[in-house]
Amino acid sequence: MSLDADGALAQAEEADRKRAAGEEASLLGIPVAIKDVLNVTGQPCTCGSQILQGYVAPYDATAIAKLRAAGAVFVGRTNMDEFAMGGTTENSSFQVTRNPHDLDCVPGGSSGGSAAAVGGGIALAALGSDTGGSIRQPASFCGCVGLKPTYGRISRYGLTAFASSLDQIGPMTHDVRDAAILLEAMAGVDPMDSTSVDQSVPVYTAALSGDLKGMTLGLPQEYFVEGVDPEVEAAVRAAVERCRELGAEIREVSLPHTEYAIATYYVIATAEASANLARFDGVRYGSRAEGGTDPIDMYGKTRAQGFGEEVKRRIILGTYVLSSGYHDAYYLTGQKVRTLIRCDFEQAFETCDAILTPVSPTAAYKIGEKINDPLQMYLGDMFTATVNLAGNCGLAVPCGKTSTGLPIGLQVIGPDFGEAQVLRVGHAYEQSEAAS
Amino acid sequence: MSWVATIGLETHVQLRTESKMFCACSTGFGAAPNSHVCPVCLGYPGAMPVLNRKAVELTVRSGLMLGCDIPFYSKFDRKSYFYPDMPKNYQISQYDQPLCEGGGVDIVLEGQARRIALTRIHLEEDVGKSMHFRSSSGVDFNRAGVPLMEIVSDPDMHTPEEAIAYLTALKQILLYAEVSDCNLEEGNMRSDVNISIAREGATELGTKAEIKNMNTFRGVQSALRYEIARQIDVLEEGGRIVQETRRWDPDAEMTSSMRTKEDAHDYRYFPEPDLMPVVLTEAQIAAWRATLPEPPAARRERMVSEYGIPEYDAGVLAADKRVGDFFEAVARASGNGKAASNWIMTEMLRLLGDQEMEISDVRVTPEALAGLIGLVDSGALNSNSAKEVFAELFAHGGDPKAVVEAKGLTQVSDSGAIETFVQQAIDANPQSIEDFRNGKTQAAKFLVGQVMRLSKGKANPQMVGEMIERLLSSDD
Repeated sequence: MSLDADGALAQAEEADRKRAAGEEASLLGIPVAIKDVLNVTGQPCTCGSQILQGYVAPYDATAIAKLRAAGAVFVGRTNMDEFAMGGTTENSSFQVTRNPHDLDCVPGGSSGGSAAAVGGGIALAALGSDTGGSIRQPASFCGCVGLKPTYGRISRYGLTAFASSLDQIGPMTHDVRDAAILLEAMAGVDPMDSTSVDQSVPVYTAALSGDLKGMTLGLPQEYFVEGVDPEVEAAVRAAVERCRELGAEIREVSLPHTEYAIATYYVIATAEASANLARFDGVRYGSRAEGGTDPIDMYGKTRAQGFGEEVKRRIILGTYVLSSGYHDAYYLTGQKVRTLIRCDFEQAFETCDAILTPVSPTAAYKIGEKINDPLQMYLGDMFTATVNLAGNCGLAVPCGKTSTGLPIGLQVIGPDFGEAQVLRVGHAYEQSEAAS
Repeated sequence: MSWVATIGLETHVQLRTESKMFCACSTGFGAAPNSHVCPVCLGYPGAMPVLNRKAVELTVRSGLMLGCDIPFYSKFDRKSYFYPDMPKNYQISQYDQPLCEGGGVDIVLEGQARRIALTRIHLEEDVGKSMHFRSSSGVDFNRAGVPLMEIVSDPDMHTPEEAIAYLTALKQILLYAEVSDCNLEEGNMRSDVNISIAREGATELGTKAEIKNMNTFRGVQSALRYEIARQIDVLEEGGRIVQETRRWDPDAEMTSSMRTKEDAHDYRYFPEPDLMPVVLTEAQIAAWRATLPEPPAARRERMVSEYGIPEYDAGVLAADKRVGDFFEAVARASGNGKAASNWIMTEMLRLLGDQEMEISDVRVTPEALAGLIGLVDSGALNSNSAKEVFAELFAHGGDPKAVVEAKGLTQVSDSGAIETFVQQAIDANPQSIEDFRNGKTQAAKFLVGQVMRLSKGKANPQMVGEMIERLLSSDD
């Protein structure tokens, strides 16, 4: 979306100086691409939307400030679906992003720019944000690693909010070790984010033992159902077998409320988004439409021009589910089902350490193929959105390719603050695949 | 059959915090526009609120003073509507689980005591201020995010006078609790009123109108008087009251319609996902309760019984907590509550008023005033001299004994010295003796005045009077 060459070169020179002076830091001089939804001082932050044209961030997101302190260099900003709403990056109002494994295919989304940059070898690492699968699904489509940490693990301060109770920042990398390093640099409680959790940050790289001895991994029957592409299912089942060979015990688990996840997700996420996006009104920053006759008229014109179709669709849906007379039937019911989905995971994790599933029912598809069928597109989130609703963590790791050469992703789901164990599973699998 | 009005008030009170409700920006009044702002209170992308614990404490403190229940669990909600003065286009407020529930305000009106019931108190953030210029408009966001507590009364009042008594008592209690400066000029206390009219004896309330945002008590009173008369006129002419929101125009002295029920906002409340719920413990609430001051109504009663002062005096002295504190310090140090009350009521409050000073600016200390009362009580100083000393203490402060000595005001109570003055006065006014013997008793008073003049006001007037009386009566 934008390149900050001068800023990056200055940061790189600073890193060189520090290195020459013998200073060490976990990411000293490492370039990281940033999804255009995170505030970095002095850089634009469009969120893929016309309405934030001209906005320059006056502050660093906490995750950015932590990476900066660890020596990272911020080269530029990656494309995304507008306000992180979408699963193909086709909803960006500025650029088309293509899948590096097949240029006619979508990179997934909403963090499609970050996934394509890493999967295509342009970036060493990138940050994404994940509200319903927006890190894991594009990582899976582009053949890279993507982690959605537990809600509260990384501060959301400075992450432009889509759905505040679901959003998390996470790393997108070439391998699991890199993801562990980035997570460690960004994790921890933040006084600026009341929902960040005061829980000690482990040395995640120390958990990467290379084997799965003593671990129990769950397979939820609800994630291997009709609608899952047979090639995807076969690749994931092969990965499960590999985990068994690495020493894990495999056991069936049940997540019975999975079928309600998509409906629940689209009620809660859109409700929160309808309020979160209300601030984009042309009064204080971003673009403003000309010709407004009074403030309300100016808002209407600004928002009609500034927001794309999908964003408008979700704002309207979210406004509807919160409106008087419908609030209880939709929003309140959604919150109750959300609790049930969370209970599903809590019960499942009583009998296993992590859960293995496909990231997405399919591999990447053609640009334009589903853009006019939002419902079909929403169903693609069914295996990832459950984790956002429950609040725990999920890791996407590449697990082979389709016959046409498109990457397939394995999802390793962990309990709350179970990042160390999902990284251990992902790493052991990834290393054994690489060796075979 | 006559009409009965039913009135409920929603009063927004700015809390006395250094920083705003969700960020570190100052709450200071009168700064240059948009100088107390940051990404959080401007609603920038990605900025998140962090709750000001002090605002919670002050709200709970208010609730405890007002006899509210304090639930252990409370939460914040988003209230959505679009307006340029609101940075996020939603206000963080509390919908169904406020910090305080129930409670009441004790009022006395025309000698009748009653308690106005409260519904709830919740905490929310203030909005910015729209400013209109010749060809453009702007918004000053300094006030955006300033903590406000909204105190909601039940529809439990029936006259404008009751509403004013309620607001006056409420303000007094909040000042006692030190939760707000209650500075009306700075908009620290703004009220919306709900008002409806029904036939006397009717079991159902009439349709209500809401009048928005009055920042003076007089405004509330005038608006209520106008609105009651307007609604009665409409009803008596056979019309119907429509449920609507009205604004009060203080210059035109009338209310006018802002929007009807059909145009009412649907605020689409839902729990604020960026903030954790407020969970209070019994121990925390008890610790806050332990620091509460005595409420003004209880204090008035105690002052009457403890210091033997009239109810009226207690009312005046307790109206301002600082005046009450001053009085009690003087009364305790001097052991003479009546005199302490007299000095403060007749001299000090008058001088404060004349010179537009606050009691916090006063130079005379409670110890000094107690000392002055002691000098009078011991007969060392007569009351005229004492007033002179008080004026000196008020103007410059200091120790009353030192002032008395410097001014040479020590009362002469030595009978030999007084007799000398009396003899001088009688010798100079032989006519007065004649007058007295002819039954003109005021002649004795004249002579007392002469003695006081000769003694430059220092003679003990009581001793002078007795001595003159004795001399005049015995000399025949």
